[in-house]
Amino acid sequence: MDEYPLLVAERIGKHFGGLRALQGVSLSLGEKTITGLIGPNGAGKTTFFNVLTGIYKPDEGTVHFAGAPLPSGKPHRVAERGIARTFQNIRLFSQMTVLENVMVGRHLRTRAGLLGALFKTAGTLREEQAIRDRAFQLLEFVGIAAHATRVAATLSYGDQRRLEIARALATDPRLLALDEPAAGMNAMERKRLGGLLEQIRNMGTAVLLIEHDVRWVMGLCDRITVLDHGERIAEGTPREVQTDLRVIEAYLGTSRSVTA
Amino acid sequence: MKGVSCRWLVLGGAALILLPFALELLLGNGWVRIVDFALLYVLLALGLNIVVGYAGLLDLGYVAFFAVGAYVYALLNSPQWGLHWPIWIALPAGALLAACFGVLLGAPTLKLRGDYLAIVTLGFGEIIRIFLNNLDSPINITNGPQGIELIDSLHFGSLSLGQMHHVLGLRIPAVVNVYYLFLVVVVLGMVFSHRLERSRIGRAWAAIREDEVAAASMGLNTRNLKLLAFAMGASFGGLSGGLFAGFQGFVSPESFTLQESVMILCMVVLGGMGHIAGVVLGAMLLAILPEALRAAGDWEQMVFGRIWVDPSNLRLLLFGMALVLMMLRRPGGLWPSNARRNELQGQ
Repeated sequence: MDEYPLLVAERIGKHFGGLRALQGVSLSLGEKTITGLIGPNGAGKTTFFNVLTGIYKPDEGTVHFAGAPLPSGKPHRVAERGIARTFQNIRLFSQMTVLENVMVGRHLRTRAGLLGALFKTAGTLREEQAIRDRAFQLLEFVGIAAHATRVAATLSYGDQRRLEIARALATDPRLLALDEPAAGMNAMERKRLGGLLEQIRNMGTAVLLIEHDVRWVMGLCDRITVLDHGERIAEGTPREVQTDLRVIEAYLGTSRSVTA
Repeated sequence: MKGVSCRWLVLGGAALILLPFALELLLGNGWVRIVDFALLYVLLALGLNIVVGYAGLLDLGYVAFFAVGAYVYALLNSPQWGLHWPIWIALPAGALLAACFGVLLGAPTLKLRGDYLAIVTLGFGEIIRIFLNNLDSPINITNGPQGIELIDSLHFGSLSLGQMHHVLGLRIPAVVNVYYLFLVVVVLGMVFSHRLERSRIGRAWAAIREDEVAAASMGLNTRNLKLLAFAMGASFGGLSGGLFAGFQGFVSPESFTLQESVMILCMVVLGGMGHIAGVVLGAMLLAILPEALRAAGDWEQMVFGRIWVDPSNLRLLLFGMALVLMMLRRPGGLWPSNARRNELQGQ
């Protein structure tokens, strides 16, 4: 974290009617890091993700990415700036093939327009081939290239999660934001996913992930932020967070509520 | 493999070229005319398929674009304004203006989906029709409910498609000339639809149809892509409208009612949303079936020996029954796309 941070979110606040989903949450992360965002159910993790990726506009606070403010309320502009995400309840283009899903991810970094499509110009055909090649490469990288021609909805749960990662990587992100990527995976699959994420980090893409399995996160992440009731209650290395009293309280309850 | 498909292409092409002569011989000129109109419906259905089938935006006012194209051609080629422009300007102008109207309709409806979008588009279709009906005062633009008459027939320079021609001793009546023009346009429409579907843009439309939030998060500018879908679909409608005006020689607001929009949507849904071959089949079938059912009265007379139900009512009754039966037997359309078939089997 010595380098200047890639992402700086400052004092983010978001409420829905009377419900304060986020209050003064700050988070910063550097390049080549894996950062974990943990917290009990309803802590505001996904809301924070949605603010970060432009799906929600924050009521307070600012987000800077790579040194410039991030547009809010415009998911496609956020993706263009280099943040790609996956979703807690997998959102694939379920009736398209596995390969096509990843090809959609290349849309952002390619140009072919209407006339190119209608008249099948040489440039368009070349670009289309490049899109296909890159998409296939990414499927190989996440290990599901064998299923390239299948309809996405027919993949197993774990493979769907990996397809979402491949699709996100296709946008050439500088930050990959994963909302519970390991949900529903067994220990073996988790281990493989952890390896994949470390590989992604080492290739130069920062990773931010929401997770419930605290032990898995502790082993994987460089730094961890803990949310509870829409507020940040701890931030630090896995070791620091693990021994933080407020974190223990949030996860296990206070001594009073335990006895009650 | 390549040789086989090539042979089919030649055979199919020959059949399509000979079709009007066969129809003329066997069933008379009236049927060539019916097929001409069916081809215009195919073009409309292909256009609506871009909006509904590819981008997943329900549009119940599609006939408005048909109307815009028809009136542009009519105004540029009739005594109404005293203009007689060549069709290579009048037809693209109609398509272009229709595309602009597509964007105009698209812009305020971007946040709407499904039922809500359908209602707004329905309203839009009616607004256009009512405008056409009332733009005869204070300045007379559209001639109101009387419509525009004496529209020049489709022509290339001095070659008019509205007259009989003799080629190598063969009589080629106007309806056959027009058939060939429409056939060429429809084939082009199919090729362009196919290319759009398989392109980067088509893939983006499919992604928006499947999951708009995910599509936006992957960096797709959903606003521009939806507007593009509306504009592309509308331009097909506008082109079809121009051809319609030139063929029919007369346009009035009556031709552009909600019922037409519903009919075109039926063609797309019944044929197989998002699947070009299905949409073409659906359009041909629904355009021709009501005409074929004109013989219903004769059948009734033949079977029962007398007329029980008024033939025109019987015709509509049979048509409605055919629609219901087709939808029950084949919920994904007569010839659905692969994706659609998977979806229905999955559920």
